[in-house]
Amino acid sequence: MRNILAIAKVVLVEMYRRKEFYVLFILTVVICLIMGSINIFNDKQVIRYLKELCLLLIWVSSLIIAITMTARQIPAEREQRTLLPLLAKPLSRTQLILGKFLGCWLVCGMCLICFYLFFGALAASREHEWPLMHYLQAAFLHWMALGVVVAMSLLGSLVFAAPSSNSTICFSICAAIMCLGRYLDEIALSLHEPGRSLVYGIYYAIPHLEIPFAMRNLIIHDWPLIEWKFVWLAAFYLVGYMAVFLAAACLVFRRKTVN
Amino acid sequence: MITGRTYGLLLAAFFVLCFGLAADLQPQFQAIENARKQSDNFFILLLGDSSRIFANNFFTKADAYYHSGYYPTIFDNNEAFRTAHMAEDTGAVASHNEGEETSFMGPPRDWLDAFGRHFIPNRHTHLDEGGPTDDLSKSSQVAEILPWLELSSKLDPEDIRTYLVMAYWLRNSLNKVSEAERVLREGLRNNPGNPQLLYELGRIDNENYNNPAQARTIWEAALRTWEGEEPNIPLADRLKLSNENFDNRFIYEQLETHLAQLEEKAGNNAAAIADLQQAELASPKPEDIQSQIDELRQKMNKP
Repeated sequence: MRNILAIAKVVLVEMYRRKEFYVLFILTVVICLIMGSINIFNDKQVIRYLKELCLLLIWVSSLIIAITMTARQIPAEREQRTLLPLLAKPLSRTQLILGKFLGCWLVCGMCLICFYLFFGALAASREHEWPLMHYLQAAFLHWMALGVVVAMSLLGSLVFAAPSSNSTICFSICAAIMCLGRYLDEIALSLHEPGRSLVYGIYYAIPHLEIPFAMRNLIIHDWPLIEWKFVWLAAFYLVGYMAVFLAAACLVFRRKTVN
Repeated sequence: MITGRTYGLLLAAFFVLCFGLAADLQPQFQAIENARKQSDNFFILLLGDSSRIFANNFFTKADAYYHSGYYPTIFDNNEAFRTAHMAEDTGAVASHNEGEETSFMGPPRDWLDAFGRHFIPNRHTHLDEGGPTDDLSKSSQVAEILPWLELSSKLDPEDIRTYLVMAYWLRNSLNKVSEAERVLREGLRNNPGNPQLLYELGRIDNENYNNPAQARTIWEAALRTWEGEEPNIPLADRLKLSNENFDNRFIYEQLETHLAQLEEKAGNNAAAIADLQQAELASPKPEDIQSQIDELRQKMNKP
């Protein structure tokens, strides 16, 4: 565990030095403040359009950070020739993968804290209330979904040749799941065999990232709190996919030549 | 054999043709250029005619906000949402909605679908009725639809339903009469003389500013433009009872009914009856108007 934490700490320190988060955060803040300055019929209470925009920017920014950061972890170690010395230490390949995953996931969590604090402040500036538990649920499931994305990117970084191709493929998969994931079963029903079974297979196989993504609407439109048992179930569901992707990554990395 | 002189003459003919064509086309191009320069609408300059597609999209977005996010996508059954409910509730547009609006999702298709429904808006509500909390004190939240409607009107300034919906909610739910008037005047700047916009403007003068004289002038102007829109079609044809003809009948009936009310208030019962008789031609329930006419006649006959 100590080795895993040490690797995760290195990833965290690396993220402090990189500019992606600062750029994306400032961009989100600037866009939201500009949009917030628009006068809507002298009504200071109108906020939902701003909440929607802010949450969308948060999701896009967090995906960019998660995918690009994770996709370059292993290839960068290989390029800088630090992978072999690292593995020469009392550190197994599985520990390296888990350390990288934990580091990237923690970085995502820290970024989300900043983003959601800003979102809460923005919403409170007009709504004059602070539905903390709602934000906590949204941020928690968002972080869980990013865990799946990080694990998937990590697996991709071992399978695909370059970080750029891995990032592109991961972005495409995430976008496709978020846009279409919920409707794949409906699409399957309209198809003939074997297309129907194939699409159904994909529907049940993919991690349904659209569940936490669609939760934005509950936050935007002030719906009541989701029952915690469903939140925990969603979290377990996403943790299951994290475990599957990480296990696959460990298997691939174990068989991969590193020199 | 073609001589050099022939070539010269042909060249001269081409030159004259080109000059003539340029002289003919240049003013037309100049007019287009000037129209573009004069247009102060950034979105239309940027997107051209495609801005209407975006405008419609934002209009639908506003209706999704009216339902607090509970709204069908292209994959769902949207028979009950063909006409935006926020527009339908104003009473100013024809409804094409069928089916059950509360259950467009249908029963869950599988366990994943059933589970996913806990994380999305899953109940039919309207913002003016309190939204998801059902708290009527929060009915002013209907203002949340306004940013999208404003954007929609900027993208398609010729779509009058956007102005009508904005003005209705501003006036009725948010008590922002001057803003509603500003919206209608902007609509009239983009759609000069539109009878529906004039009718709403007249209502503001009559009901909010208590200025019946001004309202009468506006409604009479609206009637004139309504009649002038299709001068060659007989009145009976324009007021034929059909769903496609709803806008024509609705606006004519409303204008005549409201003018009749003004006449009745002013004590001109004969003029009121004449207006009601015109309204009767357009009404889907002429018997109701006939009973009003009978009441007025009784009033007139009393010593």
